[in-house]
Amino acid sequence: MDNIKPRVKVPKSASAGEIITIKTLINHPMESGLRKGKDGNLIPRQIINKFTCEFNGKPVFSCELEPAISANPYIEFSAKVNEAGTFKFSWLDDDGSVYETENKIAIK
Amino acid sequence: MNLTRRQMLCASVGAAAAGVFGFSLSASATPEATAESIKNFAGGKEPAMGGDLTLTTPEIAENGNTVPIEVSVASPMTDDDYVESVVIYAEGNPNPDVAVFHFTPMSGAAEAKTRMRLAKTQNVVAVAKTSKGQVFMDKKEVKVTIGGCGG
Repeated sequence: MDNIKPRVKVPKSASAGEIITIKTLINHPMESGLRKGKDGNLIPRQIINKFTCEFNGKPVFSCELEPAISANPYIEFSAKVNEAGTFKFSWLDDDGSVYETENKIAIK
Repeated sequence: MNLTRRQMLCASVGAAAAGVFGFSLSASATPEATAESIKNFAGGKEPAMGGDLTLTTPEIAENGNTVPIEVSVASPMTDDDYVESVVIYAEGNPNPDVAVFHFTPMSGAAEAKTRMRLAKTQNVVAVAKTSKGQVFMDKKEVKVTIGGCGG
């Protein structure tokens, strides 16, 4: 789908060993597949079904989403930062698209 | 028809809510189906109620379309003792599955927040599994006010 823009909030820097909070949001309708359109037919399901977060190539957090997650899924979680590096976030759509974004973090 | 501004507003909010909650008319999941899913997730173990797992939900959700929920598990989150996954179920939704969170020792803390949909007033259940095989469960009832106009 077009016009999907992931947004992520990661602190610019952290002290070594600090546990930081990461907030993510992506605009997506999360069509549940249970709703009927104007013509009375079911609107096919289209949701973000998986979200993953990696730090320097290692998994930090992931989650599987179901249609019971609200539109524009918001996910907040934490991560422990031992070294400077890059967080990589990806969202997997039902239609096979992958939306990705990256954020760098420095050590104080 | 000569509607006042207030009536018009109520009608449109009601219509929007009907669209949003259209799925509440279809068959909903039963607590038994949820219990079955929990059993599969826990691998046959009986989950300990409460304990280190805390599920935070609002008591009353005015809009069942975005209900903020938070799970947190007290855990050292070291390489040999950490929370592997937390699963969320909604007993009264058409499909009880909501989300599965997977943590690693690099998560630092087993905490996550998101926003979910609730079709009606029901129990929300969270079950956590640690790397040592412990299983915790927490349950909260959320009252959902369906439709606008104070209905």
